[in-house]
Amino acid sequence: MTPVVDVRGVTKNYGTLRALDGVSFSVAPGEMFGLIGPDGAGKSTLYRLLATLLVPDTGSLTVLGLDTVKDYRALRSRIGYMPERFSLYPDLTIAENLNFFASIFGVDVKQNYDLIAPIFSQLAKFPDRPAGKLSGGMKQKLALSCALIHRPPLLLLDEPTTGVDAVSRNEFWDMLASLRDYGITIMVSTSYMDEATRCDRIAMIDHGRILRTDTPAGLVAGLDENLYNAAAPDMFRLLEALRRLPDVADCYTFGATLHVVAAPGFNPAAALARLKEMGVEGATIYPAQGVIEDLFIKLTRNER
Amino acid sequence: MQLRTLGALLRKELVMILHNPLIPRMIVALPVMALLVVPLVATFDVKNVEVAVVDDDHSQLSRRIVADLDASPELVVTALPPTHAEAIQLVEQGRADVVLSIPLHFERNLSEIDVEANGVNATKGMLGMQYVVSSVGSTLRNVAREQGRDVAADDASVIYRFNPTLNFRHYMVPALMVFLVIMICGFLPALNLVSEKETGTIEAMNVTPVSRTVFVLSKLIPFWVTGLIVVTVGIIIGSTVYGVVPAGSLGGIYLATVLLSLVMSGLGVTIANKSATMLQTIFVMFAFIIIFQLMGGLLTPIGSMPEWAQCLTYAIPPRFFNEIMRAIYLKGAGFGELRSQFLWLTVYAILAVTCAAVTYKKRSGG
Repeated sequence: MTPVVDVRGVTKNYGTLRALDGVSFSVAPGEMFGLIGPDGAGKSTLYRLLATLLVPDTGSLTVLGLDTVKDYRALRSRIGYMPERFSLYPDLTIAENLNFFASIFGVDVKQNYDLIAPIFSQLAKFPDRPAGKLSGGMKQKLALSCALIHRPPLLLLDEPTTGVDAVSRNEFWDMLASLRDYGITIMVSTSYMDEATRCDRIAMIDHGRILRTDTPAGLVAGLDENLYNAAAPDMFRLLEALRRLPDVADCYTFGATLHVVAAPGFNPAAALARLKEMGVEGATIYPAQGVIEDLFIKLTRNER
Repeated sequence: MQLRTLGALLRKELVMILHNPLIPRMIVALPVMALLVVPLVATFDVKNVEVAVVDDDHSQLSRRIVADLDASPELVVTALPPTHAEAIQLVEQGRADVVLSIPLHFERNLSEIDVEANGVNATKGMLGMQYVVSSVGSTLRNVAREQGRDVAADDASVIYRFNPTLNFRHYMVPALMVFLVIMICGFLPALNLVSEKETGTIEAMNVTPVSRTVFVLSKLIPFWVTGLIVVTVGIIIGSTVYGVVPAGSLGGIYLATVLLSLVMSGLGVTIANKSATMLQTIFVMFAFIIIFQLMGGLLTPIGSMPEWAQCLTYAIPPRFFNEIMRAIYLKGAGFGELRSQFLWLTVYAILAVTCAAVTYKKRSGG
């Protein structure tokens, strides 16, 4: 099967800053492909390259069988791109924005309404509201509707859930999942690691390099670390103390607890006793299930 | 397809302008306000020139000269100081613009008479001096005629063509319209485009199949329509309020307006393409507009500039619009006489629009 997106050895520099460094990966048709990495990892640069807005320094990007440099004209009418920044006209109403993007792509809103109906139905109640006056979640729904109105076979979403509340974020991912039924390939980036599990496959990116590409389960399976949760009333002293223990390889904040990466020979009971000696009261340590964020921390540990 | 896209883009621009609470009103209000107020205020007519007369003669003739001066509509004799030094003091205090000194035995000898003017306000000083000289001259001629001496008719008579009463409004109304077209058609498209950059909408536009020529045209066309509206408002107010009616064809005025608005909006879009923020755009635009206003022959005639500056004005497109407007308004000139001005404007319009399209880049780094 020919991949929908095929990126080969792409490097992109901004002056002396290397934004992307030898990036290669491919996305299969119908896949929901996640690009996960912290801010400044190079995600948006990669999107701008895929969306034909930038030209790579070296390497090639083939999207829907078309080269992003040579065939950019043909490609532009076939991809749906949602930039990281809200990019609809704030002074135009919901309906005006949608109709405008439809006519730019030479399509009729009615003809493709079935595709956007699940997303757009909530917005359709107040078509005369200016896009600039919508909430964060509503804005993203409208932007997604506008990016989909010409029924593109590939959807490029650059951090669509940044700045959106947790409930709306969940809803947004549900909508993306439903779009897969239409055979649309989706490439979505995020800096929220917990969202990554909703993708079919994930590429982890940091400092312009792809660290690993696999399914969420495959990534977690490759973690291969002995992980424990640790908690105490005084979390800061607990973190300090654990980091000083010789059989603790790493320790970092993870949500409400600490994640402890155990070195060979780590024993929770012995560790608790040592903590007490060091003056940390009421600590608990219990085994933890590693997730993608743990893998990310593991892979970037050497750089820290 | 491209034409339909252009239609959609233009519709969007129109809707955006109409949604904006300020811009549609400003497009009409600015020319109305400017044309209602400025021609009344900015006038070079000199009235109430204050004259101090130092009369050392105290003769019948000298008294008649003073009376005639005071009777003339532009002049007021405000003081009769006894000495020349005191008259100069009055000038220094700003209480006299012109000093007329009539020497002793002037009536008997008809010797020299001395007129001095304050040059701080050059226009007032120059015109005031002329008024005084012509008033004194006519008094002297009248006296000579009454005494039965043979006097040649007035030495010289001045007739002003095309604007016989030297009404400043005939000069000001077309100039104001040039001024407004430069401002409105230059700033609005530049700010419009750079605001698309600032809100990020340009990013979404760049990934669409819209070609850059079509996109740039959608930024230019609304503003030549705006230019036409501004000029129409100007013509209506000029003729109804000031009675300044174009002597030549409206077609010529409108054609020149379209050309100049293309020049200005093309320049505005080019500047916006090259700048990242609103502040940069405004600043660069101001630099151009100030030069255009000052060197385009709007306020000071190009003919009185030094020769090198006159050559430079060929690089200033509003110069040609200004010439066309005044020639059509005051002289009723036709296309034949203005061929070269129209040609220059057309060349600049093509240049500006091409620049606007070429500098607009849908992608970077390539």
